[in-house]
Amino acid sequence: MTATTNAAVRNDSQFRGKPTDELLIDVRNLKMHFPVTEGVFVQRVVASVKAVDGISFQIMKGETLGLVGESGCGKTTTGRCILQLEDPTSGEIIFHGQDINGLDDKSMIDIRKKIQVIFQDPFSSLNPRMKIGEILTEPMRVHNIIPNEEDRRQRAVELLTTCGLKANFFDRYPHEMSGGQRQRVGIARALAMNPEFIICDEAVSALDVSIQAQVINLLEDLREQFGLTYLFISHDLSVVRHICHRVAVMYLGHMVELADCDELFDNPLHPYTQALLEAVPIPDPDLEKGREHKIIKGEIPSPINPPSGCVFHPRCPKVVDSCKQQIPEFREVKPGHWVACTEV
Amino acid sequence: MATLLEIDRLKTQFFTSAGVVKAVDGVSYTVDEGETVAVVGESGCGKSVTAMSILRLIPWPPGKIVDGEIRFAGRDLVKLPEEEMRDVRGKDISMIFQEPMTSLNPVLTIGLQLTETMLTHTNATEEEAQQRAIDLLGMVGISEPQRRLQQYPHHLSGGMRQRVMIAMALACEPKLIIADEPTTALDVTIQAQILELMKNLTRELGVAMIIITHNLGVVARYADRVNVMYAGKIIESGTASDIYYRPHHPYTLALLKSVPRMDQPRQAKLDPVEGQPPDLTLLDDGCAFRPRCRFATEECVKGFPALEAVAEGHKTACFHKEAVAAAMKEAS
Repeated sequence: MTATTNAAVRNDSQFRGKPTDELLIDVRNLKMHFPVTEGVFVQRVVASVKAVDGISFQIMKGETLGLVGESGCGKTTTGRCILQLEDPTSGEIIFHGQDINGLDDKSMIDIRKKIQVIFQDPFSSLNPRMKIGEILTEPMRVHNIIPNEEDRRQRAVELLTTCGLKANFFDRYPHEMSGGQRQRVGIARALAMNPEFIICDEAVSALDVSIQAQVINLLEDLREQFGLTYLFISHDLSVVRHICHRVAVMYLGHMVELADCDELFDNPLHPYTQALLEAVPIPDPDLEKGREHKIIKGEIPSPINPPSGCVFHPRCPKVVDSCKQQIPEFREVKPGHWVACTEV
Repeated sequence: MATLLEIDRLKTQFFTSAGVVKAVDGVSYTVDEGETVAVVGESGCGKSVTAMSILRLIPWPPGKIVDGEIRFAGRDLVKLPEEEMRDVRGKDISMIFQEPMTSLNPVLTIGLQLTETMLTHTNATEEEAQQRAIDLLGMVGISEPQRRLQQYPHHLSGGMRQRVMIAMALACEPKLIIADEPTTALDVTIQAQILELMKNLTRELGVAMIIITHNLGVVARYADRVNVMYAGKIIESGTASDIYYRPHHPYTLALLKSVPRMDQPRQAKLDPVEGQPPDLTLLDDGCAFRPRCRFATEECVKGFPALEAVAEGHKTACFHKEAVAAAMKEAS
């Protein structure tokens, strides 16, 4: 397929919906270093795990930004920092023009209504002792959005229907439901607050393919219906290509590439992104036979002792001497296409 | 190629308080020498239970092989006495499990776990086994194998542990390796390394492999033949090309349409199968897929369609296979 037709597909708003130009969230130079301590009585900090080490990105209202990378790259920590479930070491998280990083708990309560999360594991993210109805109405009660119990019930049933579940699930317990159904409850719970922004942390990864496709479609419908903005954290690149407008690739706490979805997949510039895309097997036997499998060697280094210079240099097929000292700048090489590699 | 393993109308059931779970319900397939066969399907379709049945690892109670034969190198494994079965496990047929974190013993060194199978199944001396263990670790791409023998599983990363599992599986030069979701727990770049390693080693050593997975990409890259399972039955089997380009079963077609493609720009919304997989205790005589099937008719209620040939080496269990094939043509 040629570049022109690609562009045509990308711009066609009926496919993924079109994001607006309004800036919703602006993350600037976010760092999250976890201390590693030693000693039983007197705890000394001996090192730090640099889970997120200075990343910046913006998300527009109505947009879905994909955040991809392998285990330990810091994608989940980034999501948790935005939710203020971690206390970031430094950086700014500007939501609707206000820096929410380090905001006190009381002020955070209001913000939390607008930022919700859908977790990966539908088996451990729902309280097994609570009925689905209680799970859905509790946040409405706590945040005092709907004071009347009967109204809350009605709203919960409405949410269940929106998420493709029957109203009688209200009185069921999580163990009575399948994984796909539980994930729909997780989505309904996130919607209960009428949020603007939802962090989907591996939200479809634990589901079987046929159920996964149902939930992906549901997430897309909800985005359209309620004008939602997603940060879509995932390691599944096929799903990311399908659902996202823009995609950011992380490696060992750093952002290595950020571009429009089709641009990133058709024209990856960073050697790590290229390696990642080549590693994914495609469900097409003839195509697979013709594919060259350049597999990168080695494993992801420890974030306690990250490599000097460019963190990817020990595994990089295009490494040059300067990569070992020089930390590559994250720069815009074409409009909207950012990459952190000196050799591009 | 000669047939190595022949599973014939295998039925494995679990007798639970909720009823009889027909986990494997009349599954038949063969594996030729040196060939890689994939078994694909979603959770609970019986793909792992079939594999566990081959090695007779189904715990009783509640599970039991109730019918069928598993012929391997001239013997029926279902009827083999437990003593002889122990000779088969780990020697003729070995297994690689999904979870590299839990399938190695955490309190034993890598060296001990690697040599144990060899000392049990072969006449090798301690020194010979030790040397072979070092060779094996080198073969699966582990650096400093000598030193690794003294290490414990927690010293190794997930990818390294899976390499150790592969070395263990190869230790006694088996004729068949069963790999149950061998790379599902691994990151994509590590997954690619492990799958490439398994492919090269099985080809070099002429070992046959059954790879159980839900990842259609992995199947496309590595399998010679594919069996698609749904609710305890094989509903379609054929070469990878038959399955991907000429599916004749609505479930296969639906699976292919449910997976977004990474190599192409988005074309349209996904077209998923609606509904949930069936409860295996409540199956009737009809086709188990019919409540979710858009091709279903009255006929599908009456009986389960037989697995019939639609082309050389390509079989499908569906009354409406022609309509499905036509729908596939139209879509592509």
